[in-house]
This record gives sequence, C-alpha cells and structure tokens, in this order.
Amino acid sequence: MTAVPGTPPEGREDQGTERSLVSLLRSGDETAFERLVRDHGGRLLSVARRFLRDEEEARDAVQESFLSAYKALDRFDQGSRLSTWLHRIVINACLMRLRTRRRKPEDSIEELLPQFEADGHQVRHPTPEWEGSAETLLARKETRAIVREAIDRLPDSYRAVLLLRDIEELSTEEAAQSLGVTANAVKIRLHRARQALRGLLEPHFQGAVSR
Amino acid sequence: MTQGPYITCRELIEFLNLYLDGELPPERVAEFERHLSVCDSCVSYLATYKETIALGKAACEDLDSPVGADVPEELVAAILLARRGEK
Repeated sequence: MTAVPGTPPEGREDQGTERSLVSLLRSGDETAFERLVRDHGGRLLSVARRFLRDEEEARDAVQESFLSAYKALDRFDQGSRLSTWLHRIVINACLMRLRTRRRKPEDSIEELLPQFEADGHQVRHPTPEWEGSAETLLARKETRAIVREAIDRLPDSYRAVLLLRDIEELSTEEAAQSLGVTANAVKIRLHRARQALRGLLEPHFQGAVSR
Repeated sequence: MTQGPYITCRELIEFLNLYLDGELPPERVAEFERHLSVCDSCVSYLATYKETIALGKAACEDLDSPVGADVPEELVAAILLARRGEK
C-alpha cells in the first residue's frame, strides 16, 4: 500500500515531528498516545465503517487497532508514516472481523451479474448506457450517497475485495495476502464485485441526467 | 489471413477485467476489439463497468476524513482507558 488517500505530503519538518511523537509514544507518554488517537482516530473510523458497516464493530476495530499499534511500536519502521501504518493495521483488524463473520452464508449476487442468451450473447435489455459519465453523475448531490449505499449492500467478501483493490489501491498480490486467498481468486472476486456494484447502480443512473 | 468466428458477449464480459488491466495476449485483445466493433451492448457494458470503478473511488474518497478529523469523544476515552489497562 502506498500513501493513504487524502494524507498531505510529508515534509522534513513533519518527519521530525513524527519521529518525536514516536519517541514519546515508545517512552509510554500518555499525552502523545492521546494525540495519536485524536489525529488519526476519525480517519481510521471512517475506514472501519466502510469495511464493517456496523458502528459498534467499527469502533471496536479502531480501539483494537490503536492497542495493537501501541504494543507494536517497537517494530514501527521510522522510515514509514504513522498514518499508513495505522491504516494498514485497521484494515487488517476489519478483515479479521469479516473472516469470523463469513461463517454465515452470504447473499447471492447472481441476479446482479449480466444475463446471457443460450448462444452466449448478452440479453439486450439490461445494458443501456448510463446518461452521463462518472464525472457528470458525481456533480449530482445524491450520487455519492447512492454509490456508498450500493457498496454497503455488497456481501462482505465482495465488498472487502472491492475496497482493498479499487479504493485502498492495494495490488492484487497485497490484497490476496490480506485476504488469505490466491491472486487469481482476488481477480475473479473483484470482477464479480464490480459487476454486482454496476448492477446495483444501473437503476439509478439509466437516464439519470435527463430526469 | 482469415478471421475466426466472433467471440461471444459472455466470453468478453467474463474476461473484461483482464482486458482492462492489459493482461490479455495481443491476439485475444484483437478478438475483443473485433467484438466491440459490432456489439453495442458490450460497448455499453464496458463503459458502465469503467464508470462503476470511477464512481466507487470518488464516492469513498469523499467519505475519507482527513488526518485530524474529529473522533467521537467516547471512543477516545474508551481507547485511553483500554490502553491504561494494557500497561
């Protein structure tokens, strides 16, 4: 994983500040730990909400992540950024929680995937073009909420792979490692997740601009 | 050189991700492009698949709080308390 999206570029001064913060944290300074939580907690909570779709579980995952980070401070590489390191820890905490959830059967996404005739050609009617590019659609106030809600509706295993690859921008190999599956399984699942998301968005965006 | 039969929509859509990621061999890419030159349904599908990826990314970027965003006070308190218990 590279830099965390939305994180400002780090200058020499920031690096120095971060080094001082890490030293204080390693010495057990409680004020420094509180600063870490206040600086990064809001962002980590929004990541956890996206993966877990449950406020209580998201908060638990964030709490667990700060405690894991606190215990692992000696292993923190000063060449990395605290934000990236914490981001990775919270994603792993969320994936662990999703793994335990996965014992329950997930909803099928089959009806959201494209339909084909017996000869392999697409059934024509569900594939009209959307009226507007992503950019045009994003100019509408409600678009982001519609898309987030659709991502939330994806079954856990599909949502997780979509978030890791398309949103967090992990490589296929990194996502495979995080999920404990093969790279090929990531590719297949991601493709199905995108298709299902597309199926969920289609009713909203067919003829959207002219509405 | 004679061309073989067109690939089906099913074949194209099944491997669309590999096509977009540039992971198909050139002869397969040529088959995809030949199909796309005559199939409006698949052209639409490809366009909306790409829009879906772009929309997902944009919608979640907007959701990301910047570093330093507010964190609920009760969560801060719970984390600080739990950390004291770990000492």
